[in-house]
Amino acid sequence: MSESKMKSLIDSYLKGKVPRRELLIKAGKYGIGFAALTQLMRMQLSTAFAADFDWKKHSGKSLNLLLNKHPYTDSMIANIDSFKSMTGIEVTYDIFAEDVYFDKVTAALSAGSSQYDAFMTGAYMTWTYGPAGWCADLNDYINDPNKTNPGYNWDDVVGNLRDACSWSGVAGDALGGSDSKQWCMPWGFELNSVTYNMRYFKEAGLTPPKDLPEMSDQAKWFTDNPKDWSYGIGTRGSRSWATIHPGFMSAYANYGLTDFDNNGGKLKAAMNSDASKAFHKEWINMISHSGPKNWSGYTWYEVGNDIGAGASAMIFDADILGYFFNGNPENKEAGNFGFHGFTPNPAASAPTPNVWIWSLAMSNFSKDKDATWYWMQWANGPENAMFGGVEANQVNPVRKSVWASSDFDAKVRGTSPGYMEQYESSIGGSEIKFTPQPLFFETTTEWAAALQEMQTGSNVDETLDKLAGKIDGMMKDVGLG
Amino acid sequence: MKISNRLFPYVLTLPALLVCVGILIPFFTSVYYSLLRYNLKMPYMKGFIWFDNYISIFSDASFWNTIRVSLTYTFFTVIIELVLGLGIALLLAKRNFINNLLGVLLVLPLMIAPALASLIWRLLINPNFGVVNYMLSFVGVTDFRWASHPDSVMFTLIMIDVWVFTPFIMILLLAGLRALPRQPFEAAELDGVPEYYKFFRITLPMLFPYILTACLFRMLESIQQFDIIYALSQGGPGESSMAFQVSAYLQTFQYTNIGKAAAMMVVLWAICYFLCFIFVRQWHKLKEKTRGVS
Repeated sequence: MSESKMKSLIDSYLKGKVPRRELLIKAGKYGIGFAALTQLMRMQLSTAFAADFDWKKHSGKSLNLLLNKHPYTDSMIANIDSFKSMTGIEVTYDIFAEDVYFDKVTAALSAGSSQYDAFMTGAYMTWTYGPAGWCADLNDYINDPNKTNPGYNWDDVVGNLRDACSWSGVAGDALGGSDSKQWCMPWGFELNSVTYNMRYFKEAGLTPPKDLPEMSDQAKWFTDNPKDWSYGIGTRGSRSWATIHPGFMSAYANYGLTDFDNNGGKLKAAMNSDASKAFHKEWINMISHSGPKNWSGYTWYEVGNDIGAGASAMIFDADILGYFFNGNPENKEAGNFGFHGFTPNPAASAPTPNVWIWSLAMSNFSKDKDATWYWMQWANGPENAMFGGVEANQVNPVRKSVWASSDFDAKVRGTSPGYMEQYESSIGGSEIKFTPQPLFFETTTEWAAALQEMQTGSNVDETLDKLAGKIDGMMKDVGLG
Repeated sequence: MKISNRLFPYVLTLPALLVCVGILIPFFTSVYYSLLRYNLKMPYMKGFIWFDNYISIFSDASFWNTIRVSLTYTFFTVIIELVLGLGIALLLAKRNFINNLLGVLLVLPLMIAPALASLIWRLLINPNFGVVNYMLSFVGVTDFRWASHPDSVMFTLIMIDVWVFTPFIMILLLAGLRALPRQPFEAAELDGVPEYYKFFRITLPMLFPYILTACLFRMLESIQQFDIIYALSQGGPGESSMAFQVSAYLQTFQYTNIGKAAAMMVVLWAICYFLCFIFVRQWHKLKEKTRGVS
């Protein structure tokens, strides 16, 4: 096979025209091994990245970043010197723990403060920040060849994730639609799937659950037969939007259920449909019998801690949560976790996880947006993504080129059995499953509160009717209902 | 020179005036915001709606639940802390080495930030590895849900508040007890007055201004409690521990609904003002009574 054909194949893959599996198969047919393919891909990325572009244009300037304490942040900082030396731009940053991070972002942006030029965010948050005018539309930069280096390759970023970070601002409009503004750029993401303790499952003679009814049965078995473990299934339960978006919403969406019915921009809460009520009953039954006893206090931290300490047999949460706890030798059960792409609905053919995306956004109050964009395109660029994925802990990377690299593949397969398979089976159906609308945090927090009430004995049908009525009232108040 | 003398008293009050203005500006800003439809994520909807925020919160069942939760929390924490604080203060009133040492040790919970105390207790009552649950299992209590159930969350929150703040009342009342004049007690001793009579007719009345002050401080703090509740339950399960400050925090920082949050805070201010008014009036009455005016 000629070199040009191989380059063209890689180029097609990076632009999203060829799936990863097809790339690997074709490369194999042409006698190109995985390692050689990765090398070719890196060369193509590096050549393009270092192509004719004035990286020194903003030399001498300085930027200040607002960051969350996270492995993604650590991996970026580990490589920040390469950005500083390439551009001559000085970078400082403030890092806050997640508990207070978003309060800090809200306070800084709502005050119109120019203290920070760019910040970490989640896609949901930009449904607040974007329409409020707090963050810049990145389309203005991504599509400007004078500001963006030719090797940046936006198409290399997984399409679902790019779409998830863009929205028109009109309630109910699809993410990534033609009128959308790119409020942020994906930096790392989480697929919600099953992480299970392989040692426990082997001891119990079980394989990872095929669907929600089987998960419920297995969780019940583990809870009823405590040994090294205390209970069957770990999920989040705190009174927060963060309880809804991981496993719960992933399963809910897999059953074909939605949060709202959209009637031409007027949103009506759909949590109290018959199908939704049936789903809630199944979920609540599973959590009440086989979840942690103090479930209503569970955030991602408790969910991760419990599987790490061996208290739970499996979790239905972010894949990276299991990944990081599996890789930390301080956890009692580190190294024992397996990963499994999960299809909750017995009638569904594939997983459709809701996705959480740690993203980068540019403050609209930045003193120098062009210089800020230099940092953003580097942080989200192919070289730093490869560094993060291979040399550091930027898992999950948002660039297809990293997923296709043999180094990354070997690193993940070597430590986390089933992780690559769960990614491949889940990524196609993954997206943000919520209806984009400005009251996201209000409605999901109320939803979490309703889950807590149901889990502690309230009637499911009545509680969901009450919830839907309350949310409909909230929507009407802002002219969306 | 004459003008300077006339101005001098006003110059002296200037710092107090500045502080007063510093306090009043945020207050009146809150009142102003409470009259607006003002949600940061919907700037296009900003505008005067006069008392609609107040009408909205007063017609919302959740708000009345918030009032109920806050007042229940305040009532029980203040009463329990007062009884315990007074009891401990009486036990430690006599100065000796042991009492002085215990006085220092008992104040330690007060040195811990309330949010941190909540997190410590969260570990202590964890059903998987918490030491409190382990101890309770010896007396047959194996499935107490603490903050995870609406029936027990208030008890758990009050317990933590009592643990943190009882020393505050204790230290205030201990200082009061040690400052009481000795003559009435000596006279009672000579007359062979029984201990309970001394307590109810001498100690308690003379200590009452201290009790009132301690209660006022604790009441204001309790009704505005945020750290302990948010760190433990975030207002849940459901709405069962949704106190004022937690609700206002959610409205401000998560929902960015500044108008509604400001209206809630103005209502909270009104409640605090009313309670303070009652306390201060009682205190004045008491003062007049001790002077023999009334």
